[in-house]
Amino acid sequence: MTAARGVVAALMAVAALVLQTTVLPLLSGGTTLPNLCLLVVVAVGLSAGETAGSMTGFAVGLALDLTPPADHLAGRWALALAVAGFLAGLFAAHQPEHAAPSRPTRRARAEALLRVLLVTAAASFVATSVFALTGLLYGDLGWAVPELLRGVGVAVGLDAVAGLLLVPLLLRPLVVHPVPVAVLGGAR
Amino acid sequence: MTDVPRGTAGGPQRRSRLRHALGPTLGRLRRPFGRARGGNPRTTLLALALTAVTLMTLDHQSGLLDPVRTVAGEALGPLQDGAATATRPVAAVPEWFRARAELQHDVATLQAENSDLRGRLETSGYDRNRLAEYDRLTALAGETARVLVPARVIGWGPQQSFARTITIDAGSRAGVTTDLTVVSGDGLVGRVTRVTPTTATVLLVMDADSVVGGRIGDSMELGFLRGRGVVGESGRLDLELVDASTLPRRGDVVVTWGSSGGAPYVSGVPVGQVTKVYDSLRETSRRAVIRPFVDFSSLDLVGVVVAPDTQSDRALVRAGGLR
Repeated sequence: MTAARGVVAALMAVAALVLQTTVLPLLSGGTTLPNLCLLVVVAVGLSAGETAGSMTGFAVGLALDLTPPADHLAGRWALALAVAGFLAGLFAAHQPEHAAPSRPTRRARAEALLRVLLVTAAASFVATSVFALTGLLYGDLGWAVPELLRGVGVAVGLDAVAGLLLVPLLLRPLVVHPVPVAVLGGAR
Repeated sequence: MTDVPRGTAGGPQRRSRLRHALGPTLGRLRRPFGRARGGNPRTTLLALALTAVTLMTLDHQSGLLDPVRTVAGEALGPLQDGAATATRPVAAVPEWFRARAELQHDVATLQAENSDLRGRLETSGYDRNRLAEYDRLTALAGETARVLVPARVIGWGPQQSFARTITIDAGSRAGVTTDLTVVSGDGLVGRVTRVTPTTATVLLVMDADSVVGGRIGDSMELGFLRGRGVVGESGRLDLELVDASTLPRRGDVVVTWGSSGGAPYVSGVPVGQVTKVYDSLRETSRRAVIRPFVDFSSLDLVGVVVAPDTQSDRALVRAGGLR
């Protein structure tokens, strides 16, 4: 990942933050929405590894913690997304720069898509759970546990579906070489 | 190395083999994020986690982070404002495409309403005089009349945060401070919890943490209204009455009870209507379910109740109009 890709990732994060707090709620009318910031963090993790993933997660999470209308303790999303970014980074597949990008097979595409789906779902589950748990620990949460579990379940489902659609797109400008991560993006 | 491009997870052993083979490349891949070259990702994660925990503890114990929040709000406020302004017309598009049947139904309803209003118009002279009396009374009351700072909603908190909060585009420059009541044309919305110079965060009454003193309009019985954390069509509030011997009726209107000094909630703001009553012998108090008057999913223009002598960067809404 180069400095230019870092800037791209930062722009994506700001766009996700604004979309998530302003535009999408206006259009959807009060339903639960996929966590776009998480998807950006997963994309960075998948393309650049654990270190970049966890650091991006921390930065994006802190922004989510501090910008209004956030009303919880600062650092809760930062911790949750840092862990999620690390997790996604574990599944990053690095590619030598000189390798000739070959045309991906159908099977490779399907495998890559499945991987994105599973990684996003796992990251979403971990992040939302860590967020909820820190809330319970610090007494910063007015929710009963069954409702919490339902909330986490809905969030994971939505994030997995949105991740399947969006993470491949987010990965395109982030990866060095199209194979294998961007097998999905179809870049060649 | 044929398995590398398709490598999925890779255990630690496989990773280290990979790293050995691709050492320089990996270094290049990760360098811009600093410290990565020789650094262990786990150390990074641990450092970040510790920082996050420190932040949480600091924020929990003191208000040290409030200036940072203010700066962040100031930086993102204009972006949110712009995005909200750009989206509003788009959000109205579905309205234009409503089904024909629905429109026909609307026409029928409006016609019925029209004839009803025409009937009422016959007696409006008397009502107008009565209204003039009330107006004079309101002017006399002066101090007790409510003064509102008008504001628009520019941000919503994500549902995953388990808190129901919104951002409005009025802040301390508009005369808004914390613990003020926020209302809309329909009724109670919530209270202000944080303020930056140009924006404010509002905790909705629907939040699971929100407790509002309520009063049944007809019987003057007191109770507590709790949110369930659900916004939208199915969003409801729970009302627990203090006096267990009384039973609210379906359709009763609940208004705010009000606290001393009008903070955080002023009295007499309509909240909602009783839709269900639960009455069990085991519990010491009766519980009722309230449907709020405000449609929280389509919230737009709201007003913050302020003191009559507030200095503001915009015109305040008073009993006699904008001034």
